Amino acid sequence: MSNAQSRTQSDSSRYSAIARSAQFQSLLKRKRRFIVPMTVFFLAFYFLLPILTSYTTILNEDAIGPISWAWLFAFAQFIMTWALCIAYSRKAKKFDEAVAAIRSEHHI
Amino acid sequence: MHQTAFWLFLAIVAVTLVITYIASKKTKSTSEFYTAGGGLTGWQNGLAIAGDYMSAASFLGIAGTIALAGFDGFFYSIGFLVAYLVVLYLVAEPLRNLGNYTIADMIAARFDAKKVRGVAALNTITISTFYMIAQLVGAGALIKLLLGLTYTQSVLIVGALMTVYVVFGGMHATSWVQIIKAVLLMGGTLLLSVLVFAKYNFNVYDMFNAMKTATPLKESFLNPGNKYKIPLDTLSLNLALVLGTAGLPHILIRFFTVRDAATARSSVVYATWIIGIFYVMTIFLGFGAAGFVGYDNILAADKGGNMAAPLLARELGGEFFFAFISAVAFATILAVVAGLVLSAASAFAHDFYSHILRKGQAGEKEQMKVARWASVGVAVVSILLALLASKLNVAFLVSVAFAIAASANLPVILFTIFWKRFNTTGAIAGMLTGLISAIVLVAMSPSVWSPVEGKAIFVGDPWFTLANPGIISIPLGFIGAIVGTLLSRRKAEDDAKFEEIQVRSNMML
Repeated sequence: MSNAQSRTQSDSSRYSAIARSAQFQSLLKRKRRFIVPMTVFFLAFYFLLPILTSYTTILNEDAIGPISWAWLFAFAQFIMTWALCIAYSRKAKKFDEAVAAIRSEHHI
Repeated sequence: MHQTAFWLFLAIVAVTLVITYIASKKTKSTSEFYTAGGGLTGWQNGLAIAGDYMSAASFLGIAGTIALAGFDGFFYSIGFLVAYLVVLYLVAEPLRNLGNYTIADMIAARFDAKKVRGVAALNTITISTFYMIAQLVGAGALIKLLLGLTYTQSVLIVGALMTVYVVFGGMHATSWVQIIKAVLLMGGTLLLSVLVFAKYNFNVYDMFNAMKTATPLKESFLNPGNKYKIPLDTLSLNLALVLGTAGLPHILIRFFTVRDAATARSSVVYATWIIGIFYVMTIFLGFGAAGFVGYDNILAADKGGNMAAPLLARELGGEFFFAFISAVAFATILAVVAGLVLSAASAFAHDFYSHILRKGQAGEKEQMKVARWASVGVAVVSILLALLASKLNVAFLVSVAFAIAASANLPVILFTIFWKRFNTTGAIAGMLTGLISAIVLVAMSPSVWSPVEGKAIFVGDPWFTLANPGIISIPLGFIGAIVGTLLSRRKAEDDAKFEEIQVRSNMML
C-alpha cells in the first residue's frame, strides 16, 4: 500500500472514530438544539413584518408619538439581529470548549 | 467639472494605489493572492466584510428609495442586515473549516467530482458578474454626473482601477481598500445623519412628523405599500434579501482570509454591528433627502433617486461636503468591484483552470499567472457588459444577483453541511435548477418586459408577474437538490464521507 493510500485510510477511520464518539454526538445535538430553534425564530420574526404589512394595515397605527407600529417592528428587527449575534457568540464559546475537549481526547 | 470632487477622487485613487503597491510586495503565493494568507484579524475582516457588502446600491440606492417611497425603501435595510444571522448561524464557520479559496472548494470537500466544482464555479461567476455590472453602471452614472466625464470614460476608469488592485495586490489590496472604504463610508454617513438630526432639533418625533407633509405621498409616506403593492412581490423580495447574502461569493470568500472558525465568527459579529448601524442611518439619509432636497429635485437629478444622498450633503454642508460624500460613494464602488473581480477570478483560475483543466498538477508560479490573467479577463468582460448595459436599473441587477445566490448557492451549501443523504447528483441538480429558474424567471419578469415603451428592456407583456423570482426559484433550488438526491442510488461510501464532513465542519483538523 502506498503512503498516500494508507494516509487516506487512517484519516477516514479517524474521522469516523471522532464522528461516532459520544462527546461529538452530544456536541452535534447541543448545536442542533440551539441553532434550529433560533433560526426558525429569526426567520419567523423577520417574515412577520412583510406579511403583516402586505396583507393588513394594522401596523399603520401610531404607536409612540408619530411613530407607527411598522417602524417600531422594523427597529425591533435591528435589536433582534444584534441580540442574536450576542447570543450566538456566547453559545459558540461553550461549543469551542467542547471541541477543545474532543481534540485532546483524540490527540489532535 | 467639479474641482473639489476631482481632487478628492484623485486622493482616493492615490491612496488605494499606494496600498496596492505595498500589497503587491506581499503577494507572492496563491494563498496570499486569494486569501491574504489567511492572516486578517476579526476586526479587520469585519470591517472588510462591511466594506465589501455596503455597495452603491446600499448607500445611494436605499437613501433614494426611502426618500421617494418612504417605508418600503427600509425593507432593503432590514433584509440586508437580518441576512447576517443566516450567515452567522448556518454558514460562516463550516465554510471556513471546509474550504480554502472558493465556495466550490467547500462543496468539493464533500463531492469530489469535477462536475460539482464546475457548476459551483459557474454559479460564482454568474452571480459576481451580475453584481459587478450593477456596480459599474452605478459608477458610470455617478462619475458622469460629478466630473462631467462620459459614461464610457467613467466605466473605464473604475474598471482599470479594480483590475490594478486585484492583479497586483490580490486579496491584500482588496481587503485594505474595503477597510478604508468602510471607515470613510461610516464617517461620511454619520456626519450626514447628525446634520439631518440637528435640523430636527435631535428630536425623532419632529423628524417623523415632518415626513407626514414633506413629500407628495403626505401621511402615507410613513406607511408600507408605496412601492411594493403586490404582497407576493414584497415577500419574494424579502426572501431573496434575507437568504441571498449567505450565497454571495464575494462575501463568503472573505471568511477564508482569517485563521480559523472562531475568527470567522467574530468577523461576522463585528460586520453585523457596523452594517446594522449603517442601515439605521439610511433612515436619516432618506428622510433628510425627502425633507431638505425635496421630491422633485431628487427625481430631476436621477429618476431612480440615486443622487439623493450626495444632493442632501450639498444642501446641508455645501459644495465641499457634496464633493466629499461623492468621493465616499466612489470609494464605496471601488471596494465592492475589487471584491467581485477577485471572487469571479478565483472561480476561473482556482476551480476551472487549476482543478478541472490541470487536475491539480499546476505549479505555484503557473497558478499565480493564471489567477492574474483571469482577473484581467473577468474585468474586461464586465467592463464590456457594463458599457452595453448603461440603461439597466442598478437595483434590479443587484436583486437578480441576490435571487440567484439564494436559489443556486444556498440550498447546496446548507445540504452539504447538514444533510446526510445528499449526494453528487443532488448537488448538481440543486445548483442548476436554482440558477436556471432564477434567470429564466427574471427574463420573463416585468423588469425585462413592459407594454409601455422605455419602462423595461423589451416591449411586451411579462409572462411572470413578480419582479423578484425568489419566492419561486429559491424553493425550486431546494427541491432540485432533494429530487436529484432521492432519484439517485445511495452509496455506502457516501455515509463515511458525511461523517468526515461533520467532523471537519465542526472542528478544523
